[in-house]
Amino acid sequence: MWIGEERGSGVGIRGSGGELLFPDTRTPNPEPRDAQKKNAGALIDRMLTEVEKREIEEERGHYPDNRAVSVEALKIVQRARGWVSDDSLADVADYLGLSTAEVESVATFYSLIYRQPVGRHVIHACDSISCWIMGYGDMCETLKQKLGVGLGGTTADGRFTLLPIPCLGNCDHAPAVMIDEDLHNDVTADNVDAILERYD
Amino acid sequence: MEAVLTRNIRAGREPLDIGAYEKAGGYQSLRKALKLAPGEIVEMVKQSNLRGRGGGGFPTGIKWAAIPQGDDARPPAYLLVNADEMEPGTFKDRLLMEGDPHQCIEAFIISAYAMQAQAVFIFLRAAYHESARRLARALAEARDKGYLGQKILGSDYSLDIVLHRSAGRYICGEETSLLNAMEGVRPIPRAKPPLPQVAGLWGQPTVVNNVETLCNVPHIVERGADWFNGVSLAEGKDGGTKLYGASGRVNRPGLWELPMGTPAREILEDYAGGMREGYSLRAFQPGGASTQFVGADKLDTPMDFDSMSQAGARLGTGTMIVLDDKTCPIGALANLEHFFAQESCGWCTPCREGLPWTERLLLGIENGDGRAEDIDVLSLHTRFLSGKNTFCAHAPGAMMPLESGMAIFRDEFDEHIKAKRCRFRGSGFGVRDSAREKNG
Repeated sequence: MWIGEERGSGVGIRGSGGELLFPDTRTPNPEPRDAQKKNAGALIDRMLTEVEKREIEEERGHYPDNRAVSVEALKIVQRARGWVSDDSLADVADYLGLSTAEVESVATFYSLIYRQPVGRHVIHACDSISCWIMGYGDMCETLKQKLGVGLGGTTADGRFTLLPIPCLGNCDHAPAVMIDEDLHNDVTADNVDAILERYD
Repeated sequence: MEAVLTRNIRAGREPLDIGAYEKAGGYQSLRKALKLAPGEIVEMVKQSNLRGRGGGGFPTGIKWAAIPQGDDARPPAYLLVNADEMEPGTFKDRLLMEGDPHQCIEAFIISAYAMQAQAVFIFLRAAYHESARRLARALAEARDKGYLGQKILGSDYSLDIVLHRSAGRYICGEETSLLNAMEGVRPIPRAKPPLPQVAGLWGQPTVVNNVETLCNVPHIVERGADWFNGVSLAEGKDGGTKLYGASGRVNRPGLWELPMGTPAREILEDYAGGMREGYSLRAFQPGGASTQFVGADKLDTPMDFDSMSQAGARLGTGTMIVLDDKTCPIGALANLEHFFAQESCGWCTPCREGLPWTERLLLGIENGDGRAEDIDVLSLHTRFLSGKNTFCAHAPGAMMPLESGMAIFRDEFDEHIKAKRCRFRGSGFGVRDSAREKNG
């Protein structure tokens, strides 16, 4: 069984004896590491919300240490705030008792953790081989013209950000596009406009 | 042939809920398994000749047997399910997770019991939102019914399953990067040895298995190893059925569960309906971006691990990518190398520096700026970036389509360099535009 002191809130995986497999070993109420560098006002701005904290706590019961929670925590904050700013990243690091460098090394590795602001809807156009063969080039060119942005760009009204993504596992319906969490099949230069209209 | 893995899956239909799954015979295999000794299940899986469906083809039973048991056991042990499907051209695990999540969960519980794991982590690809929703719902149903949790079905075995959702990088699907990704450190690969079964997640014994691999386990337990070997057409030790797929300009792109060892021609002609009118087959990749291009002369090769390897290729994930005669093969190679260059973790120099260079050379050739020497430089890369010259299998995988493609498409390479243009341009299949943007 996992060796550690039990301080958990009760959620988590239990071993056959009913003991917590991954007890909570986090220091209670960790002090922000660089608190002394910040004035009080900045600290208030850098708080996680209660909802974010609750969601992170739910995840924490699943893992033996806080480092393993960092990806989930970054995604929780991103869901709430749209993207992960430097301040948001520091919030997560402080809350989990990790250094900002550790959390940044994880955050910058993943393509779906946005370290820059994105639009209200994010369009992920699959640019991998099957979609490329089936006409990704023309479809994406049309998308860019309609939106008036290049890959990585956000429309002036903040409605859409356009990003490429590797294979979406939808190769029998290529070209594939994912907008937010919705997967769209057989997207062509002709039908892409109608799909965009569903997102305001 | 009787469908096994896909028997509960109907296109366009919601997956079976727990009641319907039980009515269809679900969770009976788990009841049977819990009455067997864990070692007996490992032995059955060994005898079944089940091989890893993530593309490696490693015998699953042998992998499991490396987890120390008995007096050597060092709990907790973990089963880490690799659901990070991101190999371009591959869409089989998504079907299993979305189509029959309870089959996945039953498979994970039985497999965890066989290796006496205390927890299962499902490492799910970030972009698979529907898989996440359906697995989460099925996990909650299974917990309510006592298939997960304390003392499962009155046995002494306790287990829970954690659904972990990643944040999008191909390298996380590499066995040892997966361990780092789960631990929340930057997911670069680890050195082997030690094997994950000895020192894996948080230093504990860990087995990493692909979703499709594990989904076979309940059926092996239910019907036996002899049955599993019997449904396969493969001559080597390679049992069971396989989810085969085809994408590209075929009449009916899709996925089919067929006996392991079904010839490529049968899959492409009988199931995928052959090439679309006006197109003919130029070459195909048997199972994802990191498998070799194979010419039409090898269409009769059985699609199993040993036969494909004898034909100078790899079965990989068994989901074929079909390249037609109207699509520029140099552009296709540039697209593939763009993917691998982008997804390199950057840890070792040959991969980090070499892959972007191959992409750049291929784009140049496609664009009409190629020189004869470029072929030599590309050939050098296929040597320097393969074998044991890199830290993990990422760059060697990237070189498989390139090396084979340079042989099969040699005429097209020479033609591009000589004519200083791509004759496929204007057909709508030019080089991927984002790459062109990047390179100015």
